[in-house]
Amino acid sequence: MHIDIDTGRCIGAGQCALAAPAVFTQDDDGYSTLVPGREDGAGDPMVREAARACPVGAITVTEG
Amino acid sequence: MTDVTHQPGPVAFPQDRTCPYHPPSAYDPLRAARPLTRVTLFDGRTAWLVTGHAAARALLADPRLSSDRMRPDFPATSPRFAALRRRRPALLGVDDPEHRAQRRMLIPGFSLKRTADLRPRIQRIVDDLLDAMIAQGPPAELVSAFALPVPSTVICALLGVPYADHEFFEAQSRRLLRGPEARDVEDARCQLESYLGELIDHKRKEPGAGLLDELVHERLMPGEVDRAELVTLALILLVAGHETTANMISLGTFTLLRHPERLAELRDDPRLVPDAVEELLRLLSIADGLLRVAREDVEVEGTTIRAGEPVVFSTSVVNRDERVYPDPDALDWHRPVRHHLAFGFGIHQCLGQNLARAELEIALRTLLTRLPGLRLAVPAEEIPFKPGDTIQGMLELPVTW
Repeated sequence: MHIDIDTGRCIGAGQCALAAPAVFTQDDDGYSTLVPGREDGAGDPMVREAARACPVGAITVTEG
Repeated sequence: MTDVTHQPGPVAFPQDRTCPYHPPSAYDPLRAARPLTRVTLFDGRTAWLVTGHAAARALLADPRLSSDRMRPDFPATSPRFAALRRRRPALLGVDDPEHRAQRRMLIPGFSLKRTADLRPRIQRIVDDLLDAMIAQGPPAELVSAFALPVPSTVICALLGVPYADHEFFEAQSRRLLRGPEARDVEDARCQLESYLGELIDHKRKEPGAGLLDELVHERLMPGEVDRAELVTLALILLVAGHETTANMISLGTFTLLRHPERLAELRDDPRLVPDAVEELLRLLSIADGLLRVAREDVEVEGTTIRAGEPVVFSTSVVNRDERVYPDPDALDWHRPVRHHLAFGFGIHQCLGQNLARAELEIALRTLLTRLPGLRLAVPAEEIPFKPGDTIQGMLELPVTW
């Protein structure tokens, strides 16, 4: 699984980190980023939920 | 065959709720007309009302819908709101890229980490206010003793606004959001702006420890933002930071007291409180009527919204879309409640939503566990709540224990 976060769109709502805290977190400035070592989603079924929760569609999830 | 001349006209929007935690029964026809229908605004103008959950998500995230309140075709839902349009409120009244520049300055101050760091402070504020309320009662009036002072104290601490001034800014915020006349709204805004301008000037000389101090020293003094813009940002943070959460605490408490079985479950297992908060946000949808205007033609689920047409989102109706939330009128925190639109969606989704969640969790959990006998002090039907054209909530909440 490949996860792409468009930080140019991110508004720091934190919805991804609330939905899938094992994979998504926020950097020091409050923008979405991936938890180190979990960049491939770590098989977390909540990754797609996190992408859907993003209010600005900044998260793209692709298989492979 | 239908005689079109006898078709009822569009439903008026907004209307007063008949029960403070349910949409007005007059909205029932709107709920049957998904994903969007027509309503009539106070000035006789017809607007699209978005009622479907998927359509609302798509449209709130669509940059072809504008939040720019200076646009001559921007809708108003009350004469008071029309007065507010003479100047653009920061954040919620502007489009990108201006909106993005404003929001970027504030995002670090509302991160999940900063919010989590505030939790012990919020807990102390809640504990102190409950100590004082318990020492003086029972009974108590929960709005003035607890629901309003909790978020008001928290936002003062966060921004670096002296809490000693809370009576002034709470009263002016009330006039700003529901002053009876347009001139009350104008005057309240002027008073709040001159107060915040003076506070900002003071912070230039004597820096304190709040978010407003950070903005003064890191954004205003280097010239990234001017004084007038920082005043409008501070105004939004201060007003949005206490009025909305106060209403959620008062109306959330009232709703729980009207659902004794649910309340008992929450008292038995306070770990359910975060889910209960999320479900209350969905069910109560206190910011019921988000406004936009189409910049260009937009098609949604087979309907075309034409350029220049106003679009209104009824969050109370959208958040009860039975295709997403089966048995939508029930208070049930065991349902998957994510993706409600109580905080909006798209670039304007509430900046303070995670602070609000923290405050609501701590306030409700502490209130229910410390006062297991909490109940209404007068019959529910006698308790006044807010009219439909403003943020929904209780005007008073007499309780005893």
